[in-house]
Amino acid sequence: MDCSDLIAPARRTFLGRAGKATLSLAAFSLIAGNEAFAQGAASTMQDVNILNVALGLEHEAINAYQLGALSGLLQKPVLDVAVQFQGHHKGHRDALAATIRKLGGTPVAEKSLDEYARALRADTLKSQGDVLDLAARLELGATNAYLGVIPAFKDSALAKVAARLAADETMHWSILASALGRPMPMAALSFGA
Amino acid sequence: MRSIAILLFCAGVGATAHAADAERGKALYETRCIGCHSIDANRIGPAHKGVFGREAGRAKDYEYSPALANAHIVWDANLLDRWLADPEQLVPGQRMNYSVPEVADRADLIAYLRTQR
Repeated sequence: MDCSDLIAPARRTFLGRAGKATLSLAAFSLIAGNEAFAQGAASTMQDVNILNVALGLEHEAINAYQLGALSGLLQKPVLDVAVQFQGHHKGHRDALAATIRKLGGTPVAEKSLDEYARALRADTLKSQGDVLDLAARLELGATNAYLGVIPAFKDSALAKVAARLAADETMHWSILASALGRPMPMAALSFGA
Repeated sequence: MRSIAILLFCAGVGATAHAADAERGKALYETRCIGCHSIDANRIGPAHKGVFGREAGRAKDYEYSPALANAHIVWDANLLDRWLADPEQLVPGQRMNYSVPEVADRADLIAYLRTQR
């Protein structure tokens, strides 16, 4: 999947020109008096920054499921689902990285598994329920993070990509919550608020 | 002029009328912020322990955007409120871009962060 295919043609034309967009490009454009171009480059950079935060979330999710898989705490059917969810996150990662590159940005690098283990306190996971609870917290957080940045995108096509990512994370959260025996949300519009 | 001053005063009273609820703020943090942040660890975003009263861009070992690293602001209730309402407006070039539109939600989140010394 390459979500940059969802970017509108006019935007792609601009982005093609701004493919090497950097802060210096925006500054140069301002100096040269091309304020509209500078604003376009600045908007692109803001979108790239948002996409890179999203990519950071996906790196962490992939590694969280890796930690769960390696923990030995997941029973076979649950492990299969966790690996499938990890595959979804790898798909998100690849799509986001490709889009960031097409916009002229540099995808944020993945950290080591040990760094994720420390940050997520993997040493405190003692049962399958602990692993699922961590995954559910991260998936809900990711859902709300994606929903929360939608208004900040300058390109509405990228906002739609964030909404599609949020939908995947919501699907993950729903299945995890069900596996944990938790009730569905009582109120409508419980996500993103 | 006097009426404008009265209006501004009333607006100020309205903005502070919500009694901030740190417990509700904790619950909001667990659903709205936990995707990127933790209290004790740098993740996608910086650790929040001690953020209230700290200079922006100074969480240990976290790599900030140049914009935030050079913002030279100290997080108090007012600045945290403005940051959560519209981070790009407060610090152009920042990387968070996540906003909390509701005044009461921001107040409760800030009340919770204030407890995380």
